[in-house]
Amino acid sequence: MSQFFTEAVLIATIASAIRFSVPLLLAGLGEAFGQRSGVLNLGVDGVMLLGAFGGYYAVLKTDNVWLGLLVGLGIGLLLGVISAFITVTLKAEQGISGIGVFLFGLGMSDLLFQRLVGTPRPIDTFPRIELPLLGDIPWIGEMFFRQSLVVYLAFLAVPFSMFVINHTTFGMKIRAVGENPEAADSLGVSVAKVRYATMLIGGTLAGIAGAALAINLGIFQQNITNAQGFIAIALVYFGAWRPLGVMLGALLYGFVNSLVIQWKTLGIIPDSLSDIAAMAPAIITILALVVVATRFRAPAALTKPFERGG
Amino acid sequence: MAGTPSEEGGGLTQRVAGLRVSSKYLAYLVPLGAVLFALLIGTIMLLALDTSPIEGFQALFDGAFGSTDALIETSLKATPLLFVGVGITIAFRANVINIGGEGQMVAGGLLATMAALFLPTWPAFIMLPTVILAGLLGGAIWGAVPGYLKAYFGVNEILSTIMLNVVAVQLMNYLLRDPLIDPAEIERGTRIPQTERLQEGADLPLLFGSDRLHIGPLLAIIAAILAYILLWRTPLGYRLRAVGQNQDAARYAGIPVKRTITLALTLSGALCGLAGAVLVFGSEGHRMVTDGSTAGFTGSAGFNGIVAALFGGLHPIFTIPASFLFGGLLVGGISLQRAVQVPSALILALNGLVVIFVVSTDRYRQRLRDQDARRDALASAGASAVPPAGPDPGGGEP
Repeated sequence: MSQFFTEAVLIATIASAIRFSVPLLLAGLGEAFGQRSGVLNLGVDGVMLLGAFGGYYAVLKTDNVWLGLLVGLGIGLLLGVISAFITVTLKAEQGISGIGVFLFGLGMSDLLFQRLVGTPRPIDTFPRIELPLLGDIPWIGEMFFRQSLVVYLAFLAVPFSMFVINHTTFGMKIRAVGENPEAADSLGVSVAKVRYATMLIGGTLAGIAGAALAINLGIFQQNITNAQGFIAIALVYFGAWRPLGVMLGALLYGFVNSLVIQWKTLGIIPDSLSDIAAMAPAIITILALVVVATRFRAPAALTKPFERGG
Repeated sequence: MAGTPSEEGGGLTQRVAGLRVSSKYLAYLVPLGAVLFALLIGTIMLLALDTSPIEGFQALFDGAFGSTDALIETSLKATPLLFVGVGITIAFRANVINIGGEGQMVAGGLLATMAALFLPTWPAFIMLPTVILAGLLGGAIWGAVPGYLKAYFGVNEILSTIMLNVVAVQLMNYLLRDPLIDPAEIERGTRIPQTERLQEGADLPLLFGSDRLHIGPLLAIIAAILAYILLWRTPLGYRLRAVGQNQDAARYAGIPVKRTITLALTLSGALCGLAGAVLVFGSEGHRMVTDGSTAGFTGSAGFNGIVAALFGGLHPIFTIPASFLFGGLLVGGISLQRAVQVPSALILALNGLVVIFVVSTDRYRQRLRDQDARRDALASAGASAVPPAGPDPGGGEP
């Protein structure tokens, strides 16, 4: 155990925890927008998987990680439009249509990978950027300020999302549509337009999250997300629909994952026990779901398609 | 989610008179439409992959239904889909969405495996029912937890069942890598996460002298029939459906809503648990094995079972042919891969599209059905006082 409490290992654990939490954070923030407007998008994992493959493939072909991220973004945007069409225009049952998107993404990303790539080949990962001054702070600098641009942007997205949701007209419309779509509609807010917008944000962020996941790991494999998209959805509940809460949840997962991997690498605990440790965040999330369900209220119109006069 | 042929009573006489599209037909048109839609997308995808669609679909069909062996494989593949599909149906009928089939299958498989490992060697006629019950119990526990949390704390069951999938996979990895691992794997140093060959008394008996076909498919069909009887021929089934249709009305009618919701997910989980047990004791190795993911054990049946259930109109009996069809697609996908080198993942992608198609058209069907009902009401009011004709097929309340 003592090997764990060395400066280098502790710093590395925190630093990688932050990297691990990025895909969950991005996907969770996107999902928060959707849920605040009353749409539960269960297809996040499928979007992430396709974004991950798209990003991976683009980097494999061009060696340009930013192009990879852009491809992930584009795929996410496209799937966001499709998801919005399914849930908003066709008013499909949200709890199930998302499972369709997930299965499609799971199958399609695997199909494309096997067909276009075949054997896994590693790709470039994001370059680290050491922030001036901040990066030089002992301990803190190494943990937080020697990360890639994606990490900084993902965490900057948290205050930005808070600002958009709480202090802009658009955010007010999102909340209105999520709480009382009839009232919003009667005031001339287009429920469908607002929900399309939040679904596009959600899809785009999920696509980026997937690409960031694959490029950060430098590989792609079948089902690479390993249910992270589903966890991101749960994190929105975990965080009681607030961006800051989503971030805390994402960090919790990132931290436990990073801890387990460090422990495994150092051989502190046997592999088998690490499976038990890895269970902790899921169990904490379930407990958090209970607390949130009893203390906080979900957006009133969540999962309910809007029908004028209906 | 009420797109079943069973729910539209009445309107039988009116339908003969005019040529208008009756919702009755529509209920059957949707699966047909979904198949055509999936075939269309499949064709486009095969063309995009430079493959002859005719050759591809031929290989798929032959692999799934073209020979006795193929039909046996298809039945075996359909078995967990049917168990899960029926389980999902029971939950959905009570308006509870169970996304936790994967975790419940794992929990059922694990408890059944432990029963076979730790109980003394018993003859099959005791051992087999015991392990099957253990599977049922494991799944039931994994379903009861989210059911209880939903009923008594208002926890969204979609999320809790998803999170319990995550817990189940870690639990499985832990148990199969350490306490339950085959000692031979440790000796050899290969450490494949699997148990030793489980006791023979727990093997699912084989049918018709086949060396593959076991009683699993038969058990699943019996489960589907029992679920049908439960849902439409017992007071409990009536309560489940009443809670599903209108919780408030059910509460006023004196139905214990919370207990019914808990029970719906418990039953749903129990059926998924059975699927897990059948996978273990019907496997060729007669052991539980994983590759570190849930799909490594379940073959994603926890999700594909939802597809079968939706396709079967959330009706246990119609879920039987639906499971057979989707089992066939999964088996045929492997031949597809062999024949034209198109990865069988294609089938999973198409399954996803089928789900989207079915749920996207549901709202539209609902609207047409409402129109039908209104027109029927008007018609019967006009014809004055002929009560809606005919007993409806299965939808009739006792």
